[in-house]
Amino acid sequence: MWLKNIAFITLATITLASLANWLLMPPRVQALEQPVVARTNDFDLARQAVDRQFQQTWDEHDLQPASQADDLVIARRLSLGIVGTIPSLEEIRLLEQRPDVDRLQWWVDYLLNDRRYGDYMAERLSRAYVGTENGPFLIFRKRRFVTWLSDQLMANRPYDMLTRDLISETGLWTDHPAVNFVTATVDQDGTKEPDVARLAGRLTRAFLATRIDCVQCHDDNLGGDLKQSDFHELASFFREAQNSFVGITDKKGRPYDFKYLYADEEVTVPAQVPFNRDLLEESGGTLRQRLANWVTHPENKPFARAIVNRVWAIVTGRPLVEPVDDIPLEGSFEKGTLPAGMEPLVNDFIDHDFDLKRLIRLIASTEVFQLDSRADHEITAQHEKLWASYPVSRLRPEQVIGSINQASSLHTLNAESHVLTRLITFGETNDFLKRYGDAGEDEFSLDAGTIPQRLLMMNGNLVNERTKENFIRNSATKISQLAPDDASGIETAFLCVLTRRPTEQESEHFQAKLKNEELRTRRTQDFEDIFWALMNCTEFAWNH
Amino acid sequence: MNHFSHMLGPEGCGTRSHFSRRTLLGAGAGLAWLTPLSQVLAAASQQEKRRPKSVIVLWMQGGPSQLETWDPHPGKKIGGDAKAIDTSVKGLKIANSMPLSAEVMDQVSLLRCVTSKEGDHERATYNMQTGYRPDPTLIHPVIGAVLCHELSAKGVEIPRHVSIFPEAFSARGGFLGNKYDAFKMYDPSGPLPDLPKRVSEVRFDARMSDLNVLESSFAKGRRSDLETNKTLHQEMVNRATTMMTSDQIAAFNINDVSRSEKESFGDSPFGRGCLCATQLIETGVRCVQVTLGGWDTHANNHELQSARAATLDAGLAATIKRLKERDQFDDTIVLCGGEFGRTPNINPAAGRDHWPHGFSVVLAGGGIRRGTVFGETDPEGTKITPETKGAVRVEDIHATIHTALGINFHNYYQTPIGRPMAICEGKPIAEVLADV
Repeated sequence: MWLKNIAFITLATITLASLANWLLMPPRVQALEQPVVARTNDFDLARQAVDRQFQQTWDEHDLQPASQADDLVIARRLSLGIVGTIPSLEEIRLLEQRPDVDRLQWWVDYLLNDRRYGDYMAERLSRAYVGTENGPFLIFRKRRFVTWLSDQLMANRPYDMLTRDLISETGLWTDHPAVNFVTATVDQDGTKEPDVARLAGRLTRAFLATRIDCVQCHDDNLGGDLKQSDFHELASFFREAQNSFVGITDKKGRPYDFKYLYADEEVTVPAQVPFNRDLLEESGGTLRQRLANWVTHPENKPFARAIVNRVWAIVTGRPLVEPVDDIPLEGSFEKGTLPAGMEPLVNDFIDHDFDLKRLIRLIASTEVFQLDSRADHEITAQHEKLWASYPVSRLRPEQVIGSINQASSLHTLNAESHVLTRLITFGETNDFLKRYGDAGEDEFSLDAGTIPQRLLMMNGNLVNERTKENFIRNSATKISQLAPDDASGIETAFLCVLTRRPTEQESEHFQAKLKNEELRTRRTQDFEDIFWALMNCTEFAWNH
Repeated sequence: MNHFSHMLGPEGCGTRSHFSRRTLLGAGAGLAWLTPLSQVLAAASQQEKRRPKSVIVLWMQGGPSQLETWDPHPGKKIGGDAKAIDTSVKGLKIANSMPLSAEVMDQVSLLRCVTSKEGDHERATYNMQTGYRPDPTLIHPVIGAVLCHELSAKGVEIPRHVSIFPEAFSARGGFLGNKYDAFKMYDPSGPLPDLPKRVSEVRFDARMSDLNVLESSFAKGRRSDLETNKTLHQEMVNRATTMMTSDQIAAFNINDVSRSEKESFGDSPFGRGCLCATQLIETGVRCVQVTLGGWDTHANNHELQSARAATLDAGLAATIKRLKERDQFDDTIVLCGGEFGRTPNINPAAGRDHWPHGFSVVLAGGGIRRGTVFGETDPEGTKITPETKGAVRVEDIHATIHTALGINFHNYYQTPIGRPMAICEGKPIAEVLADV
């Protein structure tokens, strides 16, 4: 009998050990086959130009920059910025297989080729284009719009072409998803037609990072020189857009009449752009096509600046110019009104056919992106403001939930994940977002967290579900059972949740916790508690 | 000397009120330039004016029909099937589906001619709750957020701004910051979400000490003011744990209230929400919004509106009664309204569509005149313009509430991008403000 028992125990031990080996050892390195995109000389020149401008700013302000962050810290930033979640343990193991020299470059390319990039970036950009409201019932297809955007981003369609579609496309909201940019403004209760004023406001903020909404009702009285007529003349480009059963089309010759403040009568407003008028084609195409061509004209710098600022903000957590959609129309870095980094990035973006993936690669390669958010010398708010240390910024609700889900799985949750996992995640994501509080269009607000958010993280359902004893689903349980020893179990937990290894002090603290007999907890519960603490700390909820 | 003579007469020296507090205060206020004592007394006099300090918003999401609730026109074409009943105010009639509210009409001010320019649910909700029309460049704070920002509430360990049955676009702190967002909860007969600890006390304490270790290692080498000026992470954790263990969370629980009291609010989630709102206000919460949805009746209007009105009826009447019984009515303003009204015309599906051109809102409580009706719906169903007699704009309602609360709404806030923004741009409606 005892022989049988020993045989069973031996077999069980071998099984567990091989499982542990499979789960905790570096996974196979099949992704190594993915080629690294070769970079040309001009890529390095652009990067150096950005680095030089920041260096010059730090010198001027007598700021000592932080040193370069660890690779894993940078990898976490990149993952949060490009696919909206932290790296999985599987990805960390892959990453650490790469030689130092091209590790981060490979990581950026890996992320940009993952479907999650398209989906995440599309979600972020769509907020600027059509807002977060549900829009007109039936005729507005938000989901279809975001999916189309995601497809465009995955194919790396030049950004000027993509934008031209958004502004000037015609057709049904389902067949031609780009028209949803116009459809989203259709007035449900009044004219049933696109709202030219809302379109003018959206267009200038989303594509030109210029806010002219104020002059919709009166001339600028805050020191600017924009007039009420500037707003309505821009709006007039949308006057021919009409909504019918065949979708959005253009009705040639339709006028736009408006009564200006203090005027006695309505006047017919001509279509005119508020600046860079020489770039507007005199004729040809529909009014919307002419407008689209003007917006995306390579010499219309505000267009490229708007997307560079927004992509920088999405990838780093903070825009170069705040607020993200309000960049001064006049001025350049030489005159001190545009911040370091902006002009070289904009020029490279235009020179390379509005290539978004290249822009992201470029941002990721800069010295400033790779700086640490901590240093041996004192870091002040001024360091952070001028990017001499990496800014600590709040994660968006979607990033938090994406990271909770990812941290609870040792393997990467992506488009290839099991459909059941994705379905469960979808339902729970919506509930979590509702309770955590979506920031809406207010994308880069600098707000701190709230009490309900902390309560949700400490006592809410999602963190509980993702950390509790569940051998099939949760990494906490798997690690508790399969880690060869306490130290490596703790290290694995840290890698899963915080994308770093524990410090000596942390390792000692948690090892002592695992050995503490007084708590009377099982080992699985100990790991549940460790995961709880890791998911509830500042480091998890903030980009750094 | 005039002040002294006022102090002495007409009852004069030796009478009981000679040196009563009120007469002394009168003198004190008049002699403010003489002695420090008078300043103290004058300040006390200010406190004597009992200002409301809380607001309950009964939010009718979807657009309640003024014609099936507060402004019926039986016998007229626009009236449809609505019948009217008498109320405790002579000559005032409201819809017959609201008999309990009819009894308390002598306690409220009824605005029958509110106008706005927003006919879309999301935009109109924003407009009504913030007093501003949507502006793509910033988010304005709702009234509860302004109230929490303007008035302190010492000793309150639970969130001061609460939304019961929240909907997507309500109760934001806007540019004041998300710490002014409402705490969201659902039916108060159930447990409060996310409040009970998931593990034993001992394990929770151990988790907190684990958290401290992680926090101190994150702080190392980073900005020294990271927590105090930026993340406030630990502060929020502390406030959340304080709330978890506070006795004041009993205010969220309505299960210990007597059955008869609960029934007076009506057997509905909304009624339970109203009961909970009064408890929260008693505990020191500044603003509670309770939402009753289902008013968007593009078809079968009369039946659906009347059913909703019956639910509102019990909740509203019981809220006012309880506030009065608990001596909280003078400390609280009750606002009851939705994003817009419904069309005078009845559509082919027997529904009424969106109508922001003349709808009803109820105000009650501290600083609000009682038994007053202001404005009316045109019996022919024409649109009300701001020039129509008795017409008020949405922002005027906000200005009225701010005035009653003693908030100087002309003050400017500095938005995060440095844009000055008045707390409110309306004009108080003198006709519904009580003499203070």
